[in-house]
Amino acid sequence: MDTPVKRKLKVATTSLAGCFGCHMSLLDIDERLFDLLELVEFDRSPLTDIKHIGTCDIGFIEGGLCNNENVHVLREFRSNCKVLIAVGACAINGGLPAQRNHLALPIILQEVYHTSHGLAAGSDIPNDPELPLPLNKVHPLHEVVKIDYFIPGCPPSGDAIWKVLADLLAGHEPQLGHGLIHYD
Amino acid sequence: MSNSLETASHPENLRRVAIDPVSRVEGHGKVTILLDAQNKVQQVRLHIVEFRGFEKFIQGRPYWEVPVMVQRLCGICPVSHNLASSKAMDLIVGAKHLTPTAEKIRRLMHYGQILQSHALHFFHLCSPDLLFGFDSDIAKRNIVGVAAKYPDTARRGVLLRKFGQEVIRHTAGKRIHGTGSIPGGVNKALTLAERDELLADIYQMVEWSRDAVHLIKEMHSQNPALYNSFGAFRANLMSIVGNNGELDLYHGALRGRDANGAVLFDGVDYQNYSGLIEEEVKPWTYMKFPYLKALGQDLGWYRVGPLSRIQNCDSIATPLAEMERREFVAYSAGSLMHAPLAYHWARMIEMLFAAEMIKDLLHDDAILGHELVATGERALEGVGCIEAPRGTLIHHYRVDENDLVTMCNLIVSTTHNNQAMNEAVRQVARYYLSGHEITEGLLNHIEVAIRAFDPCLSCATHALGKMPLQVELLDSEGSTLSTLTRSSEGDLS
Ligand code: SF4
Repeated sequence: MDTPVKRKLKVATTSLAGCFGCHMSLLDIDERLFDLLELVEFDRSPLTDIKHIGTCDIGFIEGGLCNNENVHVLREFRSNCKVLIAVGACAINGGLPAQRNHLALPIILQEVYHTSHGLAAGSDIPNDPELPLPLNKVHPLHEVVKIDYFIPGCPPSGDAIWKVLADLLAGHEPQLGHGLIHYD
Repeated sequence: MSNSLETASHPENLRRVAIDPVSRVEGHGKVTILLDAQNKVQQVRLHIVEFRGFEKFIQGRPYWEVPVMVQRLCGICPVSHNLASSKAMDLIVGAKHLTPTAEKIRRLMHYGQILQSHALHFFHLCSPDLLFGFDSDIAKRNIVGVAAKYPDTARRGVLLRKFGQEVIRHTAGKRIHGTGSIPGGVNKALTLAERDELLADIYQMVEWSRDAVHLIKEMHSQNPALYNSFGAFRANLMSIVGNNGELDLYHGALRGRDANGAVLFDGVDYQNYSGLIEEEVKPWTYMKFPYLKALGQDLGWYRVGPLSRIQNCDSIATPLAEMERREFVAYSAGSLMHAPLAYHWARMIEMLFAAEMIKDLLHDDAILGHELVATGERALEGVGCIEAPRGTLIHHYRVDENDLVTMCNLIVSTTHNNQAMNEAVRQVARYYLSGHEITEGLLNHIEVAIRAFDPCLSCATHALGKMPLQVELLDSEGSTLSTLTRSSEGDLS
């Protein structure tokens, strides 16, 4: 009997309203990146030039939702990924960008454009249809789609991300042991 | 220095092509191109599409929180924001001079950051274009492809980045979003064991950094026609330089040059940056456009980052990087190098400089010291400035008597380069795309030009937009979480 050739799992990653720190933590697996590349293939990700997500096994999302474009990308990830992981504080509860939630958007808008420091005379509010519309509050991912796993931290360490990916690739339920769960 | 191709005269009947999102850069951006029936390019814009509003919600927070908050602007160069805001807060707490230990630990942290960010940018993000070709197979044009074809290069990139991250971890407490730098100093020095751990690897890092300079230099000499002209445009430049005109990425005064290399201003204390720089807002991007007030909006824009710094300074204090700087300057025989791809060369010289600086600092016993924090007379306003991996970074705060921030203004590196990046993509569109059938490979040429600047697009989002649109956010069960309507006047309800 032939041993079945194990196909590489497809992984897509994206940053919504995040700072890319969670992606940097993914790279903080250091040399283990080369082991990972033996097992997975990257689909849409800031690390590749694939702009539209295809059918994937795992979706890795950092950042919450701050505009309509974020919501669109999140829904695309949900419908294309078997397993969707919310990575980091921003994805899980909005994180630091959600600090704007106690301010009314129209007030921020007004302040930024009428009292901002050092603006040229006549500067006005950007109003081009190419720009996504900001949501009035920053939302976490699970409020909008079902999320399968959450990795806390700002960012979670490379070791924590590695553990979750390694467990999933081995077909186990991911378990974050002592020292890998932290919230800062 | 023209603005042509910024706005088409008759956009109505043009075909739109978008690069969305721009990939292998940090942050959220897209490019739109408008073409006529003959595929002639009529308009090209690099849009920054995200708003986060840091400058606003920082207000009302206690000043000591700010250095750890603002670094969440950017996960690639959090140390830069941490340090720029710490430097501003040093003035708030009256620490005009840091203790030697604090200053050296901060410098060590910063050069660790320069090393890791430059390594990431060159090896993980840009080397695929340079090694495989701008229109090579999209499936291989990434770090995975590099790891398969040039495993040694990829491995060095990963290990250089790792080393920089370890320097940050030992100085800041954590690789990303650490807490080491605080108003008035630092909260930790190095232990002997930590220092020895870093010392064990630093010589290898210096050597690999030097090899990286040689690699990019080799690429220039093999294809000078491409490297010297791709996306090239003439521009002013700006950076901070040290007291003696030397390259210093942690502290100094502002110096600017015109496109011929003549000094426009020098020795400007960055506390007075607002006398020098003003910002313009354009309707089609959330990123502002800074310019030198004295020259005005049309002529006053400038370029920052490695290409500016290497040509703006008079010397580099470390021997290997200084040798490379001289070669770089000699290459363009007395005139300024304006080609975007030369950013990579300049960037690798800076990576070598960072590695040499780390080596020197690791040999300095001050980094093992115990005097960590200085204080003095409280002030109510401070500006911090630093050369981040991508260029000059300015943080400006006012703090009231209750220790709460009342004003925050940030001009981040990528914002300084806004006009310059737009000029570069327009040049590329003009020479490579216009009149041709647009292919994926051609579109990647546009991204190659953007990547040369190493933009940090997520740092650069302070503003808010308006357009007639309604957004309804539904939860996973389909019920409405919130709705937001914006009229064409920009009113939100
Ligand atoms: S969780 Fe932290 S590290 Fe991750 S994107 Fe948000 S701010 Fe950045």
